Amino acid sequence: MTTKEARGLDVAAIRKDFPILETGIAYLDSANTSQRPRQVTGAMMDYFEHFNSNIHRSAYHIAEVATERYEGTREKVRAFINAASTKEIIYTRGTTEAINLVAYSWGRKNIRPGDLIVLTILDHHSNIVPWQILAAANGAHIEFVDIDERGELRQDQFRELLEHSPRLVAFGQVSNALGTINPAREMVAAAKAAGATVLVDGAQGAPHQGVDVQALGCDFYAFSGHKMLGPTGAGILYGRREVLETMDPFQSGGDMIRTVRIEGTTYHDLPWKFEAGTQAIAEVIGLGAAVDYLNHLGMDAIRAHEREITEYAYEALSDIEGLTVYGPPPSRRSGVVSFSLAGIHPHDLATIADRDQVCLRAGHHCAMPLMTRLGVAATARASFYVYSQKDEVDRLVGSIKEAQRIFK
Amino acid sequence: MTTNAAADDQFYREYILDHYKNPRNYGRLDHPDITHEEDNPLCGDVVGMDFQIRDGVIEDIRFHGRGCAISQASASLLTERLKGIALDEAKKIDKNDVLGELGIQISPARIKCALLPLKVLKVGAYGLASDEEDEE
Repeated sequence: MTTKEARGLDVAAIRKDFPILETGIAYLDSANTSQRPRQVTGAMMDYFEHFNSNIHRSAYHIAEVATERYEGTREKVRAFINAASTKEIIYTRGTTEAINLVAYSWGRKNIRPGDLIVLTILDHHSNIVPWQILAAANGAHIEFVDIDERGELRQDQFRELLEHSPRLVAFGQVSNALGTINPAREMVAAAKAAGATVLVDGAQGAPHQGVDVQALGCDFYAFSGHKMLGPTGAGILYGRREVLETMDPFQSGGDMIRTVRIEGTTYHDLPWKFEAGTQAIAEVIGLGAAVDYLNHLGMDAIRAHEREITEYAYEALSDIEGLTVYGPPPSRRSGVVSFSLAGIHPHDLATIADRDQVCLRAGHHCAMPLMTRLGVAATARASFYVYSQKDEVDRLVGSIKEAQRIFK
Repeated sequence: MTTNAAADDQFYREYILDHYKNPRNYGRLDHPDITHEEDNPLCGDVVGMDFQIRDGVIEDIRFHGRGCAISQASASLLTERLKGIALDEAKKIDKNDVLGELGIQISPARIKCALLPLKVLKVGAYGLASDEEDEE
């Protein structure tokens, strides 16, 4: 592993931690899922090979080690997002499950007929569909904050919607489709002042710029391990303790109970009340190793590196004739560049890029309302992370030129 | 890399690109007997077809739509084959015929693009329920 440097990341050293990069791929799809370093897979393998056992229930040594490592991740995550307590850190399968948990356990109880839910046109389907289902079930309605021509949320319209006292405001910290970095802190403050409960979807925020949930001031913050160098199947819901304590369980069964009697059941304390059944133990341990890895690099250095490579990609792509880049200028976006090519469908481009081992996303990016808003069916998207380097952008440019030659 | 390159050169063969850039039977009929459209939300491909039927024969056909080279070339090729043949004969056209006509190796991720026009034919011309005729 490389060491933290004030000036930035030692990408060459970082890349040595990611065996998959030795296959020669240019991996430009980290907003979809990141790669995982040896430190993460190693921590998981250590569990499988040395202390594989169930947690929280067995009195033998390896189960104590498993429990300790599993619960150890909770403290690492707490510190990573600066939550007040590990009681506020709930393990989920990922962002989607975290948001569904809130929609079910908080939403069914608190959303009433006629209530307003405010979302944004930039949101990922996972921060839209659970609220649509809840709104339909409880008789609420949803309004979407629109974007301006730069792909940034219309704050004037957001403030107007807040005047209607929404019960819930939910939005993404960073757009997965355009990379737009939303002014989350200001938006949370305004929504809280309007009396709303606020959920921030941090799936694209936590991995790339980190978060301080106490400074942010939201009630809920959801993110996925697999987009921040961890494995799939482990994610986090942060919830403010006072809010979590009023909520009913989500899934129920083993491990989330205190006592079960024929007459009725009492539930476990936070956070285990929301973690039913045997959990993704190896994955949670892997997530802990991913947090360690990110901390070692430093989130400021990660953000600086991404900004540099995103600027480079933005310039390189903008120079190509017939290419349209969507979204804000590089200084106001995360490590994501969404674009389209005149006369070439994104899927055709992705197929041609694949010939050069360039892994490029093509599609609607689970943001179909946004695609409709932009008037496109799909875009191509390149996204970057700690291991990304400029020569991978150059390879993408080569693939684009090749596609233009073929489709000339 | 070389095997990929070979497959890809074949993937975008000249005649596929020709059908994409110069689609045959493209447009709409004024008074179609059957008209039907299907889409593939995953990538936004859309293909619609208008049929004019006389005495059980597809007398005229037009397609419209937008999307990737594979979906649009496949639609163009299919309309060429359908024009002037009996509906009974058209009914025999299946997935393998369409893929054979394209003559290229289609990756699993792109097969829905290639088969979207066939879905339009089957659902539209035979009134089959869309969810029963997923050609995956």
